[in-house]
Amino acid sequence: MRAGISELAARLRNREISSVELTKAYIDAIEKLNPTLNIYVYLTFDTALKAAEKADQMLDEGDAPLICGIPMALKDNICTDGLPTTCCSRILKGFKPYYDATVWEKLKKQGAVLLGKANMDEFAMGNTSETSCYGAPLNPRNTNYVTGGSSGGSAAAVCANLAVYSLGSDTGGSIRLPASFCGVVGLKPTYGAVSRYGLIAYGSSLDQIGPLTNSVKDAAIVFDAIKGGDRRDQTSVDHDYGSSLAECLERDVKGMRIGVAEEFFDGINPEIKSSIDEAIKLFERNGAIIENISLPALKLALPVYYIIACAEASSNLGRYDGIRYGHRASSYTSIDDMITKTRSEGFGDEVKRRIMLGTYVLSSGYYDAYYKKACLIREEINREFDAVFEKCDVLIAPTAPNTAFPLNYKGASPVEMYLADICTVPVNIAGIPAISIPCGEDSRGLPIGMQIIGRRFGEATVLQAAHFYEQSAGKVIDDYEGGAVI
Amino acid sequence: MNYEIVCGIETHIELATKTKIFCGCTTEFGGEPNTHCCPVCTGQPGSLPILNQKVVEYAVKAGLALNCKINTRSHMDRKNYVYPDLPKAYQISQYDEPLCEKGYIELDSGKRIGITRIHIEEDAGKLVHENGYTYIDYNRSGVPLIEIVSEPDISSAEEAKEYAEKLQLTMRYIGISDCKMQEGSMRCDVNLSLRKPGDTKFGVRTEIKNINSLSFIQKAIVAEAERQADILEAGGTIVQQTMRYDEKTDSVAPMRDKENSDDYRYFPDPDILRFSIDEEKVEEIRASLPELPFDKLKRYMNVLGLPEATAKLIFRYRKVAEFFQGALAEGASVKNAANLIVGAIFSNMDTEEEKELFDIRISAAQFAALVKLADEKKINIGVAQGTLQKMLESGKPAEEFIKPEDLAGISDETLERLCREAIDANPRAADDVRSGKDKAINVMFGYIMKKTGGKADIRKAEALLRKLIGS
Repeated sequence: MRAGISELAARLRNREISSVELTKAYIDAIEKLNPTLNIYVYLTFDTALKAAEKADQMLDEGDAPLICGIPMALKDNICTDGLPTTCCSRILKGFKPYYDATVWEKLKKQGAVLLGKANMDEFAMGNTSETSCYGAPLNPRNTNYVTGGSSGGSAAAVCANLAVYSLGSDTGGSIRLPASFCGVVGLKPTYGAVSRYGLIAYGSSLDQIGPLTNSVKDAAIVFDAIKGGDRRDQTSVDHDYGSSLAECLERDVKGMRIGVAEEFFDGINPEIKSSIDEAIKLFERNGAIIENISLPALKLALPVYYIIACAEASSNLGRYDGIRYGHRASSYTSIDDMITKTRSEGFGDEVKRRIMLGTYVLSSGYYDAYYKKACLIREEINREFDAVFEKCDVLIAPTAPNTAFPLNYKGASPVEMYLADICTVPVNIAGIPAISIPCGEDSRGLPIGMQIIGRRFGEATVLQAAHFYEQSAGKVIDDYEGGAVI
Repeated sequence: MNYEIVCGIETHIELATKTKIFCGCTTEFGGEPNTHCCPVCTGQPGSLPILNQKVVEYAVKAGLALNCKINTRSHMDRKNYVYPDLPKAYQISQYDEPLCEKGYIELDSGKRIGITRIHIEEDAGKLVHENGYTYIDYNRSGVPLIEIVSEPDISSAEEAKEYAEKLQLTMRYIGISDCKMQEGSMRCDVNLSLRKPGDTKFGVRTEIKNINSLSFIQKAIVAEAERQADILEAGGTIVQQTMRYDEKTDSVAPMRDKENSDDYRYFPDPDILRFSIDEEKVEEIRASLPELPFDKLKRYMNVLGLPEATAKLIFRYRKVAEFFQGALAEGASVKNAANLIVGAIFSNMDTEEEKELFDIRISAAQFAALVKLADEKKINIGVAQGTLQKMLESGKPAEEFIKPEDLAGISDETLERLCREAIDANPRAADDVRSGKDKAINVMFGYIMKKTGGKADIRKAEALLRKLIGS
């Protein structure tokens, strides 16, 4: 069993190990494994070692935050001052922002040690991380399979112990799906709980940054470190969670009302269904009240998601024109030609597909039939969730209908691939929090993920339920062969 | 054949807030290219806009000054189009929920030109063409604008000019913009079509973009109306297109259009929350508005009794009007105060801008002290004017320049002698006064003032004259 953040924090504090030593252990492991696994797309070892030295000083001075000196990774769509941030897209190759994302600013202040930028689907569009312009990361559990996406690198880094924790972003499941495919923990916080400033936008009304970790407790610790309102993000909320969420994880689930909606189980792989059923029984045995509920509008969640996310993306990605930053076509005859060529060369197929979809649904004549209707259904989905949370504390659902796809899975059409998001997108549409935690393995040994969904700003209950399951089911993450040895 | 002009005007006005609409960058004009910029106003990946509350306030001010209804709930939309000066490839604007709606501007004739809407939005950057290259300066990117859209109620070039002038003056007055058309802080787009008198259907319209002076608005409308009339007379049809007015040739020609369609794919900006302004705040803003310029003009004429010409010279500059009213509050007379401002102070101010700034070295109270000396006939207007110039140059009060003998004037004996002379020289006027035609006494005042260079105490002279005439 690997050490969690609080255990490492204790070892750092009693001088059993220094942050520099810890960082070096991770650097060694990355050097060994990354050439195969392709998890990091940019390594920041020099700055990591400097940060580690500084963290050791902070630790010496005492009163350092819990995450001080602990090596971690950031998804490549989170802006890092002076370090490349490319969204794994050709169009942003070489782009170095001159500002930090708020989350990174917060972590840096607390002594975080950044090992590098993690691989992802281009502009977070995809659920296998195969749309990355750097090629797909491999699933450390079985390198013939994808990591899931879009935060595939972030999930794999934690899985292979090439980072203690990482940050990802989740627009339609991009933290939870790879967490489930790689067998780690992934938390998508309430929309607004974490600042989006410096997160390169995909679907602005859905995007949310969150942690990928080895344990629920670590997820709570990292969430504690990054949450909070930000005057640079109007959509962020300074919600008062009362105290540190990591400190109040222990909770008896007796009397906890757990909702199970049949709609989440439509077309789910039977192995996954039986794992989740087992988990629900475990809760029930321990005194939780299981409520069978219904969320009829969920059937429409997937098209609603793809309409809204693509509409917003088509607008958000308009700025990549080769004028101010990133890739620019080398030859052109006019400004319009330059912009067209730059975008044709710079964007991959999936990004182009979503830009076209989004442009279409916003065009005059189609706006009412698609975008406007999607917004109305979004409200209906919100109402249904609100009603459900009147009688339930949390909902339990699978994270994905299937376990990891094989790499280069050619059998699937884009729409078939979109179906993998069916269990995760409703949560983004409603802006509510959800966690994916490991819940067994399928017959091929691939991890299964279980989702626990809460009401707006209900992270505490979600984490408590997840922590309870993790502890009672004994689903802990083992060491990874070749991963950092501490 | 005669045609009727149907015209509406869209006006963009840059708001004089200190910072930009979505970030903390300065809105100051000029500056080295790309120095008033940050990640937000240059659309860097990951940056997010924060709506400047001052912009909302200023727009509400404009709405209230133009008799609009204020929508207390509103939101921002994205207007998507591609152009190198627009760094995000969308402009954050307002589409279906503008801040202000349904106002009007009243013309001198009493006709009201409807204001359809006022919304807030961001300005774009500027393309600079130099040495065969095109550069982009984003200093203006993110400067707050309001767009004021009129109803197609304007039916002549003169009305259009009056509308724009009244709009400009009102916006300056309430302090939300300097509305300098040459510098682009106020720009007008004119929509124009023709129809036969009595027709209720609108003709095909054209849009003349970016007109940068009031007189060009008038000229452009005349030119475009003529162009359209010629086409219609020849049996042709008007093509809906964007035009540009060329002041050198005084003509209107089609503009090379930006290469994009009209489909802006508007949708609510997910980065900016819906916002509301409570009624209380609206009332607070309403209460903070100064007396509006055309209300003031009416009052100057109807209540203060100023002649229209004088009133019009004073009311249009807010600072001048404040100075004038300040002097009145100190007890100066309306007539002398107004005449001294227009006759003496304005003689040092050649440009509109100088009058707008009204940067003078004396206070309204010092000015009033001088005016009162003239009011009490202790000095005549000529002396007052001369003294005022010295005061303006030095910033010193009137006492510094008016000698005791100026005030003491003429001895009683001299005055009596002069009165006798005046009566002798004007026997008919004296008879008129005796028979009750009181105004005739002015003839004798004139004589005495001429002889004394205006220094005689006119009240003393009047008493003496009446005594001597025996009226």
